[in-house]
Amino acid sequence: MDALIQLDGVRKEFEVRRRAGLLRRERRTVRAVDGLSFEVARGEMVGYIGPNGAGKSTTIKMLTGILVPSGGRLSVAGVDPSRERTRLARRIGVVFGQRTTLWWDLPLRDSYELVRRIYRIARDRYTANLEACVELLDLAELLDVPVRQLSLGQRMRADIAAALLHDPEVLYLDEPTIGLDVVSKAKVREFLRQVNTERATTVLLTTHDLTDIEQLCRRVMVIDHGRLVYDGGLDGLHAVGESERTLVVDFERELPPVNIDGARAVRTEGPRQWLAFPAAASAAPLVAELAARYPLVDLSIREPAIEDVIARMYGGRDEASRLPG
Amino acid sequence: MGVRGGARLYAAVAVRGFRRYATYRVATLAGVFTNTVFGFVVAYTYTALWSVRPRLGGYDLPQAVTFVWLGQGLLMATALLGGGNESELVERIRSGDVAIDLCRPANLQLWWLATDLGRAAFHLVGRGVLPMAAASLVFRLAWPSGVAAWGCFLVSVALGVVVSFAIRYLVALTSFWLLDGAGVLLMAALLATFFSGMVLPLTVFPGWLGTLARALPWSAQLQVPADVFLGRHRGTGVLWALAFQAGWAVVLLGAGQLVQSVATRKVVVQGG
Repeated sequence: MDALIQLDGVRKEFEVRRRAGLLRRERRTVRAVDGLSFEVARGEMVGYIGPNGAGKSTTIKMLTGILVPSGGRLSVAGVDPSRERTRLARRIGVVFGQRTTLWWDLPLRDSYELVRRIYRIARDRYTANLEACVELLDLAELLDVPVRQLSLGQRMRADIAAALLHDPEVLYLDEPTIGLDVVSKAKVREFLRQVNTERATTVLLTTHDLTDIEQLCRRVMVIDHGRLVYDGGLDGLHAVGESERTLVVDFERELPPVNIDGARAVRTEGPRQWLAFPAAASAAPLVAELAARYPLVDLSIREPAIEDVIARMYGGRDEASRLPG
Repeated sequence: MGVRGGARLYAAVAVRGFRRYATYRVATLAGVFTNTVFGFVVAYTYTALWSVRPRLGGYDLPQAVTFVWLGQGLLMATALLGGGNESELVERIRSGDVAIDLCRPANLQLWWLATDLGRAAFHLVGRGVLPMAAASLVFRLAWPSGVAAWGCFLVSVALGVVVSFAIRYLVALTSFWLLDGAGVLLMAALLATFFSGMVLPLTVFPGWLGTLARALPWSAQLQVPADVFLGRHRGTGVLWALAFQAGWAVVLLGAGQLVQSVATRKVVVQGG
C-alpha cells in the first residue's frame, strides 16, 4: 500500500488550568489524541468522524503541522509536518469550514490571484484549475463580488476552490458542509467526488453530516476520546455498532406480540407489529417462519439509520473531560 | 522559496492590504475630518505654548506647528495611537483563525508586515496628505528643502512604519498566551502615544527621561521622521537618524521571529 498519510501512536496532550477556589488554580493534563495509528493510501477518500471534542480537529492540525504532537510518529507525503510545515504546506490543501482563507473586503478574484502567488502556480495551470472550479462549483457570478457579500454556501464553495488551485496531493476538509442548505451540500459533494476520482487527490473528510460520508467515502474512521474506535467500511459499522434492522409486519387481525427465534417484538399497534433483529442476520428465514405460523398480510424492512449506529458508538462518554479540538 | 518569488508574494499581499482599506472611502473621509479638527485644536494649543516659551525643544513656532500636523498626518500610517492591523491579528489568535494563516507556505510575520505596509501606504495618502494640505492654507509650515530631503523623509516614514509594526506584532503575539489581547493593546497604544512624541516633541523633555525617550524605538514612529522633515539633522546626521530606525527595525523584527517560533510551537491553537 502506498501510504500517503501515516500515524503511529500519535498523542497530543494539552495542559488545562481550572479555577479551584478563590486563587488556587488546578493544572490538569488532558489527552486530546491518545495513541492514534492509521494509514491513508494515495487517492483514498476517508471519512473521519467523532463527537465534538473527540480529537478530530486536533488530528487535522497535527497533519498540517500547526500543532506539534506530544508523542508518536506522523508523516504526510514523507514529511514530518510540524518540522517542515512550510514545505508541506505547498503540497496540501486545507478547508476549515468555519473559517475562511479569503480576503473579506476584496473581490473573490483577488484572493485567488494571491493564492496563485503564494503557491507559485504556473499561469496556464492556474487558469485551467480556476476554470474547472468555477464551472463545477458555480462561481462565475461571484468572482467580482467582495467576499463579505457572499452567502455561507457561496463562501464555502469559494474556499474549497481556493484550497485546490495549487493541485494539492492531500486535501483536509474540516466540516465543509456545515451550515449549508441541501442544494449547496449536493454541489459540494459532487465536486469533491470529482476531485477525488479525476485528480486522484487524497481526501480526509471530517464532518457531522453522515450523509457526506455515506455518499462519498468507502472507508470511515471513528474517533472517540482521542482513540480510533472503528476503521473500516461503512457497512461494517452496523456490525460493530450492534445495530438492528426492523421488520414491520401487518397481520390479518390484532395478535399478541409474536414469539419467534432471532427476533423480538418491540412495538405493537393494532394488527401491526415491529420486530427487531440483528442487522447482520438474514431476514429470509424470519419471513418464512412468520408466513408459516401467522396470518400475514404485508411486511417491510427498515434499515437502521447510520446516525443511530454512531450514536450508540459514542455512548457512555463523560462530557466533563471534553476539550475543544 | 526564492527571494524574488517571496518578494513578489509579499508585494502582492501589501497591494491587497492597501486595497482593502481603499474600499472604505466614506470612513476615510470621516477620519480625515477628525484628523483635521484635532490638528487645529492641538496646533492652537502649541501656538499658545510656544508664544510663552519660544524655541521650546529647539523648535521655532512654524516648526512646532508643522510637528503637530506631521503627528496628524502620520497618526494612522505609523499607528501612533495603535489601530493598525494588530487588533485583527489578536482576534485571529483568540478565535483560532490564525490556524489558516499558519497553513500557508509563508512566514507569518512577513505576511502581516506586508499587509501592514499596504495599510500604512493607504493611510499615508488617504489620511496624511489632506489634513496637511488643509493646514498649509491656515498655518505657516516648515517644508523640507529639495528632493533629497523629501526622499529622506519618505524613507524615514517607511522605517517608522516597520518599527511600529514590529512593536505591535510582538504585542499581538502575547495573546497566544494571554488569550485576551485588549489590555496589552491598550497599554501599547498608551506607550506609543507618549514615547513617539505625539503628546509633545521628545526634545522638550529634559534630563534622563528625555534621553531615554529619544533612545526608545517609539521615537522612530514620529520624532525621527518629523526631525528629518524639519531638516534638524546636519550632514550625515540624517543617515544616523535613519540608521537608528533601521537598527530598531532589525532588532524588533528579529525578536518577533523568535517569539513567533516559540508561540507557534508551544502554544495551543484555539478552537475546534
